Amino acid sequence: MLSIRNLHASIDGKSILNGLSLDLPDGEVHAIMGPNGAGKSTLSYVLTGRDGYEVTEGTATLNGEDLLALTPSERAARGVFLSFQYPIEIPGVPALTFLRTALNAQHKARGEPEVAAPAFLKLIREKAAALKIDFDMLRRALNVGFSGGEKKRMEILQMAVLTPKLAILDETDSGLDIDALRIVAEGVNAMRAPGRSMLVITHYQRLLDHIRPDRVHVLAGGRIVASGGPELAHELEREGYDKYAAVPA
Amino acid sequence: MSLARAIETGDLAELPSRRDEDWRWTDLRGLIRELPEASPVAEGALSVAPFAALDAEEFAIVNGRGPYVITVANDAGPRVVALRIIAAANAQAHVASVHVVVGVGGRLTLLESYEGDASEYLANTELTISLRNGAQLERIILADDAASGVSVSIANIRSMGPGASFAQTVLTTGARRQRLETHVTHPGAGASVRLDGVYLLADQRHADITTVVTHTGTDGTTSQLTKGVVRDQARGVFQGRIVVSPGADKTDARMGHHALILSARAEVDAKPELLIYADDVACAHGNTVGALDEDALFYAEQRGIPEAEAKAMLTEAFVGEVVDRIDHEGARDVVRAWVAERLRGAA
Repeated sequence: MLSIRNLHASIDGKSILNGLSLDLPDGEVHAIMGPNGAGKSTLSYVLTGRDGYEVTEGTATLNGEDLLALTPSERAARGVFLSFQYPIEIPGVPALTFLRTALNAQHKARGEPEVAAPAFLKLIREKAAALKIDFDMLRRALNVGFSGGEKKRMEILQMAVLTPKLAILDETDSGLDIDALRIVAEGVNAMRAPGRSMLVITHYQRLLDHIRPDRVHVLAGGRIVASGGPELAHELEREGYDKYAAVPA
Repeated sequence: MSLARAIETGDLAELPSRRDEDWRWTDLRGLIRELPEASPVAEGALSVAPFAALDAEEFAIVNGRGPYVITVANDAGPRVVALRIIAAANAQAHVASVHVVVGVGGRLTLLESYEGDASEYLANTELTISLRNGAQLERIILADDAASGVSVSIANIRSMGPGASFAQTVLTTGARRQRLETHVTHPGAGASVRLDGVYLLADQRHADITTVVTHTGTDGTTSQLTKGVVRDQARGVFQGRIVVSPGADKTDARMGHHALILSARAEVDAKPELLIYADDVACAHGNTVGALDEDALFYAEQRGIPEAEAKAMLTEAFVGEVVDRIDHEGARDVVRAWVAERLRGAA
């Protein structure tokens, strides 16, 4: 699915990723853990093509296709989805309108037929109910005035409607109480499928009690410095990141 | 001194220039080197009216003249009038004048359009509006002048009775040089004024939205919201002045002007002014000029919406806040489609 080789990236000339390599096979869920400033969010923005992040070396491919050569919307149409750590408010654009525009833009880019309004409403009603999102909220401007938990549930709803191949969840647990965390995790788990891989970026282990990863990677100094099974997350929770912070970049 | 006087007298010295404080961003004397001859009385078929979808009484003025009078009788049922002001003579000049009177308790929706069906014209339009006690007027203006035209429209709401309401939304794509000016003498006395605007400017177009509201009595409200989107080398001007005269206590006046600049060479000049000579008033203004929110743009693109479409969606939403304030539902729909067509055409 996703293959990253020796990726170097910088912002404003400051090097953040320093030779990151990672393989995420089809259908697997991998966690990326690391201390603040390790480059976790930078990795998610580089993979999704945000302006201002300059790739200076290395490659990232999705099913063999060079991701880095594509625009953000082209990457989305190929199946790359980012659940934002801080979802953005879109004043004046109802959530329903936004999501239908996004879905049909992806369909158009892939040469698939447009989803008509009735089919779209049926789909979104079903997905929203599963995430305990009140349908009236979807008529409001996207994320404007939503609580932290509502915003995170909206991210997962968007993921459920857009059915990506590669989902990157950036600190999806931040700002969630335990009930909201469970709803969000159930939503994510319901989407686990053989053709869908996930990269779960998190600082804390608690999300991984709910979304069980196949592999855990430690990101420090802009590189993967350790990889292991789910037990690695527990070890990090007990012992912290100190020993990895000492690894020279 | 005015464009109308210059056209009528043929004297270039009558044109407002940048030395006039109120015209410093919309210089006509520096632009117009000679005054063309008067436009002929026009004949022939008219183009499709922008408000054609609505069931309105149509009133078309081609190449100026007048004065024309639109009267709504006392306590008359709601009327909808489409006032079309059309320039159909190339490189000629004309002046139109219109009087609008809405009687006691009368209601009028005025669907006004400026239609540039020619090039290099000079057009000046003057409206005087009287609203008797409790009268309601909503004025919705779509200005589609030619890129090479020069157009000035000045409306004077001279007399407003107690409890009257005047609401206005002007939407424009500009012209070579264009000014849409509104003066309101606000009586207070429970009367309300809403003055909104939208300018969507591309290429080298220029639009100037100027308003002056003078509160002369107690208990009056004014609410203003203008938004602009400029790109290429276009220039948007907003001058909003609210004067609260001595004794006009309990005035509630709010003014907002917000613009998006989408290209490095586009320009917005804004001058919001509150001149308050009374105590016990609630007045506020806000003015912002900036670029499209990069975070929102990336978020939309990440969801699969291509950049040009995402920009159009976000600018449409930005302007939508003004469009949503239009009371007349049918007109609101027409205006929303008008805005969408222009923003998407530009993208």
